[in-house]
Amino acid sequence: MWLEILGTIFSLNTFEAAIRLAVPIALAAMGGTFSERAGIINIGLEGMLLTGAFAAVLGSYFTGSAWLGVAFAVLASAMSAALFGYFTIELKANHVVAGVGLNILALGLTTWLMQVFWGSRGTSPAVTGVGRLHIPFIAELPIIGRLLGRQSPFVYIMFILIIGGWVLLFKTPLGLRIRMTGEHPEAADSLGIKIRFIKHFSVILGGAFCGFGGAYLSLGNLNWFSMNMSAGRGYMALAANIFGQWNPLGGLGASFLFSFSDAVQMRLQGLDIALPHNIIQMIPFVLTIVILAGAVVKARPPAALGNHYSPGK
Amino acid sequence: MRELLRRLGAAFSRVAAIAGVRDLAYSVFAVFLALGVGALLIFAFGYDVGRAFSALFQGAFGSVRAVSQTLTRATPLLFTGLAVAVAFKVGLFNIGGEGQMYWGALASAVVSLALVGLPVFFIIAGAVIAAALAGALWGVVPGVLKAQTGAHEVITTIMLNSIAVLGTTHLTANYFKAPGAVDQTMRLPVEARMPHIIDGTGIGYGIVIGICVVVAVHWLFKRSSLGYDFQAVGFSPGAAAYGGIASKRMIVLSMALGGAMAGIAGSMVVLAQLGRFVTGFSPGYGFTGIAVAVLGRTHPWGVLLAALLFGALEAGGMTMQLSARIPNDLMTVVQGLVILFVAAPGLMKIFPSLRPKGGTKESSHVA
Repeated sequence: MWLEILGTIFSLNTFEAAIRLAVPIALAAMGGTFSERAGIINIGLEGMLLTGAFAAVLGSYFTGSAWLGVAFAVLASAMSAALFGYFTIELKANHVVAGVGLNILALGLTTWLMQVFWGSRGTSPAVTGVGRLHIPFIAELPIIGRLLGRQSPFVYIMFILIIGGWVLLFKTPLGLRIRMTGEHPEAADSLGIKIRFIKHFSVILGGAFCGFGGAYLSLGNLNWFSMNMSAGRGYMALAANIFGQWNPLGGLGASFLFSFSDAVQMRLQGLDIALPHNIIQMIPFVLTIVILAGAVVKARPPAALGNHYSPGK
Repeated sequence: MRELLRRLGAAFSRVAAIAGVRDLAYSVFAVFLALGVGALLIFAFGYDVGRAFSALFQGAFGSVRAVSQTLTRATPLLFTGLAVAVAFKVGLFNIGGEGQMYWGALASAVVSLALVGLPVFFIIAGAVIAAALAGALWGVVPGVLKAQTGAHEVITTIMLNSIAVLGTTHLTANYFKAPGAVDQTMRLPVEARMPHIIDGTGIGYGIVIGICVVVAVHWLFKRSSLGYDFQAVGFSPGAAAYGGIASKRMIVLSMALGGAMAGIAGSMVVLAQLGRFVTGFSPGYGFTGIAVAVLGRTHPWGVLLAALLFGALEAGGMTMQLSARIPNDLMTVVQGLVILFVAAPGLMKIFPSLRPKGGTKESSHVA
């Protein structure tokens, strides 16, 4: 019995699923990283993911092309991030309240539009999805082949984006400016860094990452949109971002932890064990709380996170 | 007589000062702006705007039944709104009302079923108290996490919402299930449910209980030392601690109190609407409560007004969906917009005519 459970938990299938399931969380976590490194608390990741998932299906539905759907998603999520940025940076809204407002707006708008376009509140019709890549050489390798040889293209996109994001944030002058804006905006301002531009840029870039993550949710596997499809992943992503110490690579690692627990949860439901389904399904949520509580004690967020900055004060 | 007039005048000016006339005007403005965007959406997708809004109005106020619908829907929203407002005084954003409400609803259903046979007053009292305790317990969890580790309450409460829905479903399906396909508890007999104020109108005592709680919360905020401590921690935890206030205890207490409010919201749904606990019953009362609290500026009476407004929008939205064929989720869009608009003090500056004299004080805004 225990051997069977452990065998299921630590099987290659579970790890393969964990890599896939990490895509939306890790990308949104990096979205949160960019936004928070520039000083904007981003609770709105959830709404940006959901917007991306919906826009991807809408784009694929109307153009027939899955990749145009992905482009739609990135554009729509970046626009929702721009709206969030406008409210938090220009109108000086409380970041947390505005983020929750954006999430509720996104939930309402996607659910409403789904009914307007397709007349259904449950799921959208099936559309062209992105499918899976078969990479000839890698697929032949023993273990790596099983994990990465036949994956969704989003998995490779995720790795490329996250490494690119890490380089941008820690190895370029622009990245330094972003981090300085979140740490000490007065000092950054006195050096002639355009604080408002940096903040808008970081929030919108973060939104674009959420767009990729959202597109994976709808076009990566299921190829349809369903109501509230993001189902709390944006909040998990924010926890992953904190656990990963506001670093895209750390966020990726934390996201694997969450997605692994999610994969385990799904596979345990297939086994006939004493734990009831409802309890098994709680695992990722409980883990998020435990990890967040453990991580925050040691975490050091950007110093000016959540503040509003008015130049010339 | 002159003494009476003087007192009335003093009382009025006090009310006006408390309610914050400018805040009120701005909230009304935000609601109209959000409804305006809603109207634009209705128009953009080819629906009839006039028909939509007349259905909305009819469904909210057009008949005695409509008014009773509005009040029945406003009551749980009042409590989930207070759940957010109470925690906000300590600077916490409790978006866990949904989960706290689920536990409250299940507790009230189980307790009221056990009390059937007693006079209805005791059944209602027992159910409401059980709901408050259950919600408070669920609220304590993120409170302790915040106080002890600093884990952000927005993330933990969202996770706890999912856990609460799964947990109540598990308990209902395995221990309290009524025979049948749906996971739900047994029906409460009609004589054990929330009694109506006037027979035949459908208007129950729930809103009266709600107003009593609003008075109590207002007293707590304005007159009690606990309320003072809450607000001191909310303004500046460091300064409060320096002044000898146990910040951590206030954080946990405020979340417990907020959880109790959300729990009572669950009992209102069970006692006045469903007559039983149904798994996954909530159309998002906990989340609408956020909009209610933000719009009401976390002031108890403001929350009451906002709850009535959103109750009307929900009731009217149903009619709009039925007669004008516009999906009800448009009201969720309006809620999200209201939160964004009220949260943004800078929005006033775009509309110069509304700009208050002497500039806006950012810290005076809830959001």
